[in-house]
Amino acid sequence: MKAVLSRYGTTLTGMMVLATFIWLAVMVVLPYLVMVEFSFRPNLLPADLGTEKDHLTADNYGTLFRNTIHINVFIRTIWGSALATFLCLCVSYPVAYFLAKMATAKQAAVLLLLLVIPFWINEILRTFAWFIILAYNGPLNGVLQMFGFIDKPIRWIYGSNGVIAGMVYAYIVFMVFPVYNAIETLDRNQIEAARDLGASLWRIHARVVLPHAKPGIAVGCIMVFTAAAGSYIVPAILGAPGTRWFTEIIYQWFFEGQNWQQGSAYAFLLLALCIAFVMGMMRVFKVGLADIAK
Amino acid sequence: MSQDIALETVTKKFGDFTAVREVALNIRAGEFFSFLGPSGCGKTTILRMISGFIEPTQGVIRIGGQDMRGIGPNKRPTALIFQNLALFPLMPVWQNVAFGLEVRGVAKAVRRKKAEELLATVELADSAGKMVSDLSGGQRQRVAIARALAVEPQVMLLDEPLSALDLKLRQHMRAELRRIQKRTGVTFVYITHDQGEALTMSDRVAVMSQGVLQQVAVPMDIYNDPATAFVASFVGESNVFAGRVTETEGGTGRIETEAGSFVARLGAGVSRGDQALLFVRPEQMHLGAAAEAALNRIHAPFSHAEFEGNFVNVFCGTDGHKPLMSQTRSDPGVLALTPGAPMTLGFESADGVILPAGELARE
Amino acid sequence: MESRLTRIIVKIYLIVFLLYLFAPLFVMVIAAFNDSKFPTVMPWKGWTTRWFEDLWADDRMWGAVGNSILVGLAVVIIAVPIGTLAALLLDSIRGRTRSFLYGLMVAPLLVPGIIIGISTLIFWNRIGVPSGLHLSTVGQCSFICSYVMLMVLARLQRMDRSLEEAALDLGATHLQTLRLIVLPYLRTALLTAAVLAFFQSFENFNTTLFTRGGATTVTIFIASRIRTGVTPEVNALGLVLITITVAAAVIYTIRKKNTAAV
Ligand SMILES: Nc1ncnc2c1ncn2[C@@H]1O[C@H](COP(=O)(O)OP(=O)(O)OP(=O)(O)O)[C@@H](O)[C@H]1O
Ligand SMILES: [Mg+2]
Repeated sequence: MKAVLSRYGTTLTGMMVLATFIWLAVMVVLPYLVMVEFSFRPNLLPADLGTEKDHLTADNYGTLFRNTIHINVFIRTIWGSALATFLCLCVSYPVAYFLAKMATAKQAAVLLLLLVIPFWINEILRTFAWFIILAYNGPLNGVLQMFGFIDKPIRWIYGSNGVIAGMVYAYIVFMVFPVYNAIETLDRNQIEAARDLGASLWRIHARVVLPHAKPGIAVGCIMVFTAAAGSYIVPAILGAPGTRWFTEIIYQWFFEGQNWQQGSAYAFLLLALCIAFVMGMMRVFKVGLADIAK
Repeated sequence: MSQDIALETVTKKFGDFTAVREVALNIRAGEFFSFLGPSGCGKTTILRMISGFIEPTQGVIRIGGQDMRGIGPNKRPTALIFQNLALFPLMPVWQNVAFGLEVRGVAKAVRRKKAEELLATVELADSAGKMVSDLSGGQRQRVAIARALAVEPQVMLLDEPLSALDLKLRQHMRAELRRIQKRTGVTFVYITHDQGEALTMSDRVAVMSQGVLQQVAVPMDIYNDPATAFVASFVGESNVFAGRVTETEGGTGRIETEAGSFVARLGAGVSRGDQALLFVRPEQMHLGAAAEAALNRIHAPFSHAEFEGNFVNVFCGTDGHKPLMSQTRSDPGVLALTPGAPMTLGFESADGVILPAGELARE
Repeated sequence: MESRLTRIIVKIYLIVFLLYLFAPLFVMVIAAFNDSKFPTVMPWKGWTTRWFEDLWADDRMWGAVGNSILVGLAVVIIAVPIGTLAALLLDSIRGRTRSFLYGLMVAPLLVPGIIIGISTLIFWNRIGVPSGLHLSTVGQCSFICSYVMLMVLARLQRMDRSLEEAALDLGATHLQTLRLIVLPYLRTALLTAAVLAFFQSFENFNTTLFTRGGATTVTIFIASRIRTGVTPEVNALGLVLITITVAAAVIYTIRKKNTAAV
């Protein structure tokens, strides 16, 4: 604190502390605390507020375990997000490797720009475009039929297929960039040395490149998983009837069930899931918050 | 106008590490005062305490008699020239110079005029509109000086301002700085690890080692009459003999060393029986007839000689020992000697000084 | 250095990848001109520009655009100063406090947007503030501040501290030092941060969904158009947004290249 004061003086230090306090306390910490507290309250009629019915209870969390549909949705969300994350990694890895180690400076610059452009466009619009492409009478089936790959249309938007396809597309940059940054720092000589020793392409990647890219992969996975688990619009547009996402149930509690307490409990569960995933990845891959922030 | 500075037993600690230990000294008004010492000895720390960026852990700093505790750098009558100059890269030269006036609310036209005057005194009148990045090292140096002078400081603090320049320019700027100091009469506190710089420019020099003040004196006394073994070895070349003091009488003493028994001046803090060091400057280590006539004599084989133009360095001694060095006026005779030829070196007792071994004892 | 076969495979992969990347954009653009009641490219019913005309005449759309701009500007006005001040603070502290504050400041980036929306909604409701665009603004700021903070901090860490000290030494007050030395140095970073903050806000759906009350922003408008009467109007709007974004991206890249060259 002394260092801050001597660098900025009292007025500025005061402003900095105040601004930071408003942000972190009023916009970040307090809202989460209040949300958690709220999730332990029963949903009461106004008349019952303040009576003995108004006490803290874990009942809202029990709801999830009593409701098999909801628990299935929760599990599907975890499983679906994990799958989308894994597919993102598979699709991104070759691109990241090409960018980092094979492309010329110019190629890399162009490809990076091309990569970024679609992701400056609203997620909803991109998802909606996939809805058009994957539609039963849509262009994908049309093209496939035209070339004779299939003789009758395929129902692409089925179960969680559409959702996962949409998510892989929506969050791919979250994976490409960290992995690319990580591979870029790998010394080219290490790859050459491995090749000299007669390692196969597969082995070079498994033993040299992948281990080096680990922190980047961890960061990419964290970004994609949290985005996927917390996505509302992709499942809303590309989800087949009957396959909902956990976020949709939270939305229902708030705006259809008018039970905010219940919704808060579910929201907290989703947050806990994301925190658990982030912590797990950070522990396993030994990366810190500062790495993620890049 | 200028003011004096007093450091009253100033100590600065960074955590457990003591960067400056109980330094007490007075810098007179209008004086060119240098701090000389090796890298990391605490020079910058002292300067930053005077300018107010850091507060002493203990002790008081006074400028013009006024206690500076609690007074921020922007309220002190000092101007600091940073080790890296710290010119503002986004402003043209004249705005850099006029910055101190700008923050004091001086009108733009007045600022500009004042900046141009100052730039003229540092011979940069035609560079007022250039960007700092377009200037050479020496020019930037002078902009920094003009910028500091613009606020009419009573004390100018300079942190190794010439270290980034090449030799030629450095020598030119030494004279320049001295000239500016004399003309403005401002107190200059100058930091350097270059003894040549300190000795040629300063009215007085403070030598420091590991945060401790070793000696404050005029340059000639620093060289001829070092107060500690550190000063004797850091400033200029010396022949050093380690040994034990066996006799003392008045200002002289006898020291028994591996190379023989010598009589020399006694420095402060040496008494009979002490381990001590004897220092003899190469130019006072004579050869030939002068050596034979001197009170202290050493016999050693000739090793080699270095021709330096106006003088010759002659090295004597056996392999494995640090050779003895004698500096004589050019004498073609010594260059003809063959290695191993027996030589006599000698010095008068007034030309050697015996000092406490202190921290150098281990070496 | 890779074998020729690998190179060819990688090239093919990249082409497929780029097709995959841009297919939705093409579909979106073409569907916007298809004279079919439903947003699709097949079957092709002929060219039309009537979806653009419909869009132009749609008052709800204009209302939504106005709201989005309003929220975006409010977010810029709040998040840029807060993020900058927080970065200044973070830049001059060390040790545990710094790690703790840094963690708190970065955390909102990892929290799903709907949870930010929900917590904001509940917190303000409990202290008596009803939902509406003002809550959307606050909710968005909570994580957009993080982006601003990170961008400003990255720039500050490259700044030479002795410039600030030189200004102070020449007699500038702390505020003057900030105004005359630090802020001009941060100028580009602040501009970029402001543009990014506006875009982030304009794009935001998840946080806005829960906090908006009855108000409609552009993203909410698009989503509701998609879920209820689907019309190619959405594609027309998409094309407009694509054009704006691509233009912005290109300008941004060119400008960045130019400043990098200096
Ligand atoms: N802020 C600080 N925190 C901890 N230690 C410091 C700090 N500033 C300086 N020191 C330490 O104090 C000692 C003296 O530093 P100082 O910068 O005063 O040396 P110097 O004499 O100016 O050296 P140089 O000639 O290399 O500039 C060094 O060992 C340095 O590592
Ligand atoms: Mg220094």
